[in-house]
Amino acid sequence: MPLFPPRWRLVAIGLALLSLPIAAGLIWLILSGLFDRVHGLLPIGSPTLQNWRFLWEGIGGRPPVYVPLLNTAVFAVLVAAVEVIIASMAAYAISRMSFPGRAAYLGLVLVLHAFPAVSLIIAIFYILRILGLFDTLIGVILVKASLELPLGIWLMKGFFDYLSWEMEMAALVDGMSRWTVFWRVAFPLVRPGLLALGTFALLSAWGEFILPFTLIVSSQRAMMATYLQSFLTEAFADYGVAAAVGLFYALPVLVLFILGQRYLLNIYGGGVKG
Amino acid sequence: MARSVAAAVPQQRAAGVGGLIARYGWPAVFLLPATALIFLFFLIPVVTTLYLSLTNISIITFRHPQWIGLANYRALLADPFLPKILINTARYVAFTLAFNVGMGLVLALLSTSIKQRYGDQIRALWLLPRILPPVVYVVIWQGLTREAPFGLISDITGVSGNWIFARPWAAIILANGLVGASFGMLIFTSAIRSIPNDLFYAAAVDGATAAQTVRRVVLPMLKWPIMFVTAYQTLSLLTSFEYILLLTDGGPGFYTTTVWSLHAYKLALSNYSGNVQFGLGAAMATFLVLIGIVVSVFYLRIFNYRALVAEPKVEVN
Repeated sequence: MPLFPPRWRLVAIGLALLSLPIAAGLIWLILSGLFDRVHGLLPIGSPTLQNWRFLWEGIGGRPPVYVPLLNTAVFAVLVAAVEVIIASMAAYAISRMSFPGRAAYLGLVLVLHAFPAVSLIIAIFYILRILGLFDTLIGVILVKASLELPLGIWLMKGFFDYLSWEMEMAALVDGMSRWTVFWRVAFPLVRPGLLALGTFALLSAWGEFILPFTLIVSSQRAMMATYLQSFLTEAFADYGVAAAVGLFYALPVLVLFILGQRYLLNIYGGGVKG
Repeated sequence: MARSVAAAVPQQRAAGVGGLIARYGWPAVFLLPATALIFLFFLIPVVTTLYLSLTNISIITFRHPQWIGLANYRALLADPFLPKILINTARYVAFTLAFNVGMGLVLALLSTSIKQRYGDQIRALWLLPRILPPVVYVVIWQGLTREAPFGLISDITGVSGNWIFARPWAAIILANGLVGASFGMLIFTSAIRSIPNDLFYAAAVDGATAAQTVRRVVLPMLKWPIMFVTAYQTLSLLTSFEYILLLTDGGPGFYTTTVWSLHAYKLALSNYSGNVQFGLGAAMATFLVLIGIVVSVFYLRIFNYRALVAEPKVEVN
């Protein structure tokens, strides 16, 4: 709004108070990871490395932390790559080519974008068992990337639609094939879209809990989400360790949050699913 | 322009088989991977959910399920806990939705009424619960709601206890709400930003107070975004169970916070009881899938389908 109410500073203070719980949560996570004990938001005693012993030893029969860390990294990167490439290819066809059933295809993508995919989890479990992809990284990667494809196609179609097509036309006239035009001309030109979808897919896969929780059982293929959750389900949870693992796990997200706030606001403001 | 491109690539317009390939070939190549994945993990699962719900599939009969007709649905209707679960689901969706939309609206209205620099910072902070990994977010909730002297809420209220167990409903609604509010906040913010400045100046010249401007100028312009957010979040809340699973696992006690989607999930896939009722879970999931299909097709009709599928720009066929 162009005109601020006369006491807008009061409004700002009110908003800050309203947002206090979120700030308190973040502060709690950082303090609890670093200190021996925390009462409320007050650290008691001195900073300790005891909470971080998961970094150099397996705790309570769990695999060393690099196993879930590596799995999660591979999972997130491959989900983002598969999603970005396959969604871009489909979006390019829908944006640039005319073929029978095009409107119906786009309609299907839109319906699936609104459709709550998590309701299919029981059937997906069954299908992965039948395909022999249950308890494999490939299986969860394919499922995660597929469930976000409608969103990705829809987002990338918007970027291709917006692209001026003179360059592509010139390339086609010069005899380049559709395939070459896509990879050499169109794909590099939608870099902002690839970056936005890639960031979203990375963050979403990095945090994913339900899919690995349901579709992975061996501890050698555990992810950070299920690894951290296993600390919470113990009879007497050690909150110092849980907070340290949580802080470690959330670190890439927090760094991105601090460096790229405005960028993230733009991505998530652009109609990404919630 | 499309015609001139078509004329410039005459070799692709050959008749017969070559023509067919030219017309379907490239679209098929580009669409193949996406179509295969959509088939495998959307369309086939929809049919599979229906099929499994009509069989006696369980841990024992996993490879050879037998057709049992509607027996799972009859068992579902006979479940004495069904009314409880239905009420829980309605309660969870209604209250969380009210919090999400209401809080989203308040945050959007207030954060656009202050200097943009501060407004952006507030909005970014509210984005944090959404981008944090859900399990980390829940660890924070568990930590803040512990008994005294550790838990912040116990310290502030002076009542020591596990607050998630003491107030499970408040916990799941607020935990979902703090994540969900940012969705409405961002959509409402961009809607408010797109209102022409003239309207605000005109209202100010007419002597409207801030409250009157919001009531008479801003809210009428937010009618569609509010409908969209409400519709969208109703469907996603109906099927989501992640935070409930992590926070209360449907408890404490019998089914205190068990909603439809969580119950379906646990019947089919959580094997702590040693009695995995896969078919029964699929029967419950069938309702969610059907509601999901009907409602999302309905959205397509409201939110201006024709404009969205306008013809493409470059055309060589």
